[in-house]
Amino acid sequence: MTLGLYIDRSSLLHRLAPAVKLATLLAAGIGVFLVRDPLWLLPVLGTVLMLYAVAKIPPGEVWRQLRPLAVLMVLFLLAHGWLTTWTLGFLVVLRFAILVLAAFLVTYTTKLSAMIETLERAIAPLAPLGVNPAKVSLALSLALRFIPLLYDRVREIREAQRARGLERSVVSIAVPLLVRTLRMADDLTQALEARGFDATEPAPRAGRAKTRR
Amino acid sequence: MTTRDIVHIALFAAIIAALGVFPPIVLPLVGVPITAQSLGVMLAGSVLGARRGGLAVLLLLALVAAGAPLLAGGRGGFGVFLGPSGGFLIGWPVAAFVIGWLVERTWQHLDLVRAFLANVLGGILVMYAFGVPWIAVAAEIPLATAFTGALGFVPGDLIKAGIAAVVAVTVKRAYPIIEAKTVA
Repeated sequence: MTLGLYIDRSSLLHRLAPAVKLATLLAAGIGVFLVRDPLWLLPVLGTVLMLYAVAKIPPGEVWRQLRPLAVLMVLFLLAHGWLTTWTLGFLVVLRFAILVLAAFLVTYTTKLSAMIETLERAIAPLAPLGVNPAKVSLALSLALRFIPLLYDRVREIREAQRARGLERSVVSIAVPLLVRTLRMADDLTQALEARGFDATEPAPRAGRAKTRR
Repeated sequence: MTTRDIVHIALFAAIIAALGVFPPIVLPLVGVPITAQSLGVMLAGSVLGARRGGLAVLLLLALVAAGAPLLAGGRGGFGVFLGPSGGFLIGWPVAAFVIGWLVERTWQHLDLVRAFLANVLGGILVMYAFGVPWIAVAAEIPLATAFTGALGFVPGDLIKAGIAAVVAVTVKRAYPIIEAKTVA
């Protein structure tokens, strides 16, 4: 499955552990809010762009991520230039550019599966609070498995409703989509339980035996 | 949490993702695009209730953060949370939870009016309570200005709340998921 924004390259950034990249992103995210002078943000932006080169991400991708923001950024800049100061305007625009580009760099250089693994490891310490990592893993993989199927289902229902002249009615597409999917959920539940998945089983290492509902 | 709950959460996350394939409908007068995806957030709360609805949205956002391009227009990755509309995304699970909580409270008497109100309170009020301050802080503009700017989206969101109410009431009749709460 080609789901994911990951761009396969061989680079230092691709090999770095996802947790390290995320921690750096977090630190940088806090850092750019502490700086008040846009001049200090220019070298930061330069560093981020250099890292794109290190990661061998095509420059077109940089623009692809910034384009949806461009209109809003110009608006912010003009509004600040007019109402407050141009310095503040540049600060805001540079900050958004750095945040978004740095975040996308992490996404481009980290496989979806590696990111999900990191996520699962990160929630493991939450087990005493009632978060069961096994259940979270099941939910994540079920959702990933069923997203392509539901894309097809939306297409199917839209075609069926077009034949009835209803393809522009959101209600006549959402209702069958929901009812059919909820019905499928019941079959899926039975299939999972028939294969021995037990949701009432306590989180690993808690040794209490429980009866099934 | 039962196996069925987990399956509902996972499938609803997938439904919200699938609703992202709808081309945004642009409102004729105000020119604001409506995506079906935030409609999916409203439906998660209205159909699954507070806990499962909120978790379904949280699951979707976890996949988006991990790098799956599941938001409307094929957007995804960490960047979407740090952009100007990041606050609205953070507000999504809370909105679904609040809508679900309200719908659960009125489940036995759920009609179009009640479902609509629940979606307006949770899907508009709560969502903006997260989204607008984030824009104000990140773009360094006064809260009032950010709020005025966000008002342009209200007509579209009211329409979505209406659609969510109709769908929620119809689905309740066909396939009720929330169990009646006997409020003490």
